[in-house]
Amino acid sequence: MSPTLAGILFIGSLLLALAVCFKPLGDYMYRVYSGTRHSAVERGIYRLLGVDPDGEQRWGVYARGVLAFSVLSVLFLYALQRLQDHLVLSLGMKAVEPSSAWNTAVSFVTNTNWQSYSGESTMGHVVQTAGLAVQNFVSAATGMAVAVALVRGFARSKTDTLGNFWVDLVRGTIRILLPIAFVAALALVAGGAIQTFAGHGTWTTLTGGEQTFTPAAAASQEAIKNLGTNGGGIFNANSAHPFENPTAWTNWLTIFLLLVIASCLPRTFGRMVGDNRQGHAVVAVMATIFAASVALTHWAERSAGGTVPQAIGAAMEGRETRFGVSDSAMFASATTLTSTGAVDSFHDSYTALGGGMLIFNMLLGEVAPGGTGAGLYGMLVLAVVTVFVAGLMVGRTPEYLGKKIGAREIKLASLYLLVTPALVLAGTAVAMATATGRAAMLNGGAHGLSEILYAYTSASNNNGSAFAGVSVNTPFHNTTLGLCMAFGRFLPIVLVLALAGSLARQAPVPASAGTLPTHRPQFVGMVVGVTIILVALTFLPALALGPLAEGLL
Amino acid sequence: MDRLPSWLRRHIAALRALLVLTVVTGIIYPLAATGVAQALFDDHANGSIIEQDGKAVGSSLVGQSFTDADGDPVRTYFQSRPSAAGYDPTSTGASNLGPEDVIDTLPHGSDEGRQSLLTQVCARSKAVGELEGVSGARPYCTSDGVGAVLKVFPDRAVSVNQACPATPFVAEYQGRRVECARPGEDYATGRTVPVRGDVTTVRVPADAVTASGSGLDPHISVAYAELQAPRVAKERDLALDQVKALIDEHTTGRALGFMGEPAVNVLELNLALDRR
Repeated sequence: MSPTLAGILFIGSLLLALAVCFKPLGDYMYRVYSGTRHSAVERGIYRLLGVDPDGEQRWGVYARGVLAFSVLSVLFLYALQRLQDHLVLSLGMKAVEPSSAWNTAVSFVTNTNWQSYSGESTMGHVVQTAGLAVQNFVSAATGMAVAVALVRGFARSKTDTLGNFWVDLVRGTIRILLPIAFVAALALVAGGAIQTFAGHGTWTTLTGGEQTFTPAAAASQEAIKNLGTNGGGIFNANSAHPFENPTAWTNWLTIFLLLVIASCLPRTFGRMVGDNRQGHAVVAVMATIFAASVALTHWAERSAGGTVPQAIGAAMEGRETRFGVSDSAMFASATTLTSTGAVDSFHDSYTALGGGMLIFNMLLGEVAPGGTGAGLYGMLVLAVVTVFVAGLMVGRTPEYLGKKIGAREIKLASLYLLVTPALVLAGTAVAMATATGRAAMLNGGAHGLSEILYAYTSASNNNGSAFAGVSVNTPFHNTTLGLCMAFGRFLPIVLVLALAGSLARQAPVPASAGTLPTHRPQFVGMVVGVTIILVALTFLPALALGPLAEGLL
Repeated sequence: MDRLPSWLRRHIAALRALLVLTVVTGIIYPLAATGVAQALFDDHANGSIIEQDGKAVGSSLVGQSFTDADGDPVRTYFQSRPSAAGYDPTSTGASNLGPEDVIDTLPHGSDEGRQSLLTQVCARSKAVGELEGVSGARPYCTSDGVGAVLKVFPDRAVSVNQACPATPFVAEYQGRRVECARPGEDYATGRTVPVRGDVTTVRVPADAVTASGSGLDPHISVAYAELQAPRVAKERDLALDQVKALIDEHTTGRALGFMGEPAVNVLELNLALDRR
């Protein structure tokens, strides 16, 4: 079989698997978030928390719950890292340095999982499992909770309340993430991923050298790392590491995991608003952008443009033999189209245009299909802006799913869409304007700018992947990237919940002849257009100086 | 608790939620996964360790370098890919050098210099070619194994990766005389022109001249294994067919016929050779 055909089958089989899961998993998640019964375990948990699971919350209360939980998570994770030398099972690792500990704490709580440290030489068992892996679960569950709250805003009417954050958090973790992660973890071990709490292993190689490996509960963390679109690896090499991602089929499974929840949530959305066609329209937008992006990245990588890839004959620098160029490119597309940021090959060594596509994927706001929850709420905000733009064109009051998109709604949606560009561009500008900021670049010229642009794009969009040549474990970058991650996560969440609150209060407007149908291909095309035009208008100058200059000149 | 202000109640609930979920997802989950994994797949879960005569000699998933104390290839063994991590599992990673990293910093005084990715590729290609007795020529590489790159100025051109007194790979570029590069001199203002050259047949495969993502790649391509087979057969006094049969035995095809690329496990192959 030719590599091209194998690559096509690889992508096709992933899409087929996602399509098969769409209805059952989407419906299951609908039942999880809409059900009124609490299991015995959950009732026990709510009692421990001291919350009334049937108490409905207004948007402000819901948002304050998200923020309180996240702030305490940051403090807890920071403390755990700073006290690492006093913990059991720490494998002799020292306390993590303050700026790195802050960066890592924010990074994992915001579902970014940007890593300025090298896992195998920094983190012991306890910080990995009881610190980082826990945030892999709960940050993903938080994203899903916020998405569900926004959908309730559309689905409900004449009410102040959006559900209960604690219930959404616990149910998302226990009923959705845990069971899938457990099965996936065992599958990964079957493929060869390690899962052990032992001490360091050492052996003498055939030619008399010595190799020491850092043991880890890798499979259990890998599973949720990808399922929850987190992306922070146990090891520095992330999913390129054979102990995290040992075979070509675990590579397929990893990509599937990082796409599956975000791809099925539109079904949940459709069910919740009582019109499955609306969910299909949202997933069609995601699929259109996904297909175009994957095709372009594949084309760029397989044609191996650029001096060094041409000298090599294939874009193989930074790729693993067992994955090859095509499957690596697929992984890279999936990880940047979602908010995952795991890597099975190193993006810094991608062709200029291939690497540029990866930055573009993140700049789209990671909506195709995006992060767990974050992808859906990002896409719904874009849909709101689209009906507004369409309304302007024909001179009618815009409405979406029976809710009027008035001044307050469009202000909130616009602010949402301004947050990340402001952070990305200001962050990149500040870094490029200071000598300490510039010192982080490994490569020179346009590629150096791409490294910095990639870093601030990745942090602000909560992705976490990097042009990893950039040396960002410095107080300057740890601090600024940490701030980008925090603002890039929580400002949009607060705005989304405010939008949800304002939608929930409205009475539904009956559809009239002037209502724009939002389930037809025409609307799908418009949302795709709005998404791409917004990004192009905002970021073209920055992209022109980085990847486009490198790839086209 | 009802008498507490609501913000404090909220933070207490948040703290309790964090602790409860830490117990569930941070303690019970990894321990349960470890328990089942160790019961069902203990070999995998512990790192797929390969033992020889009762001693661990490696992991079938972690590549090794088969070089002697001086870093030269041991000729009786199949060689792994280049590694940015030196096959050290405690500092994994890639080179992270970009597609247009083509200009070296030449060693000058106390400055050790830096090889661009292009020169690394060219030097590896030349070395592998010499080891295996084939041509190591590649596009954009000079015959002395550095990147063929010019800095072009109005009145002259400089082959920036060839330190004087080397003879530049071309004598002339568009009417300008080409000079060798003087270490320490700044050529940044010149226009960068990589020169492809006329190499059409490349004998050294791509994976032999590139570092992997993890720095621990346990595999090489089938083409690279086949390139090394005659040398290993000769050094070990084996028939070429025997060595090729061993390569076949240690080749993993694409999973389900379409996932990944066929790959040869180098450590397992070398161990099989040692056992013969």
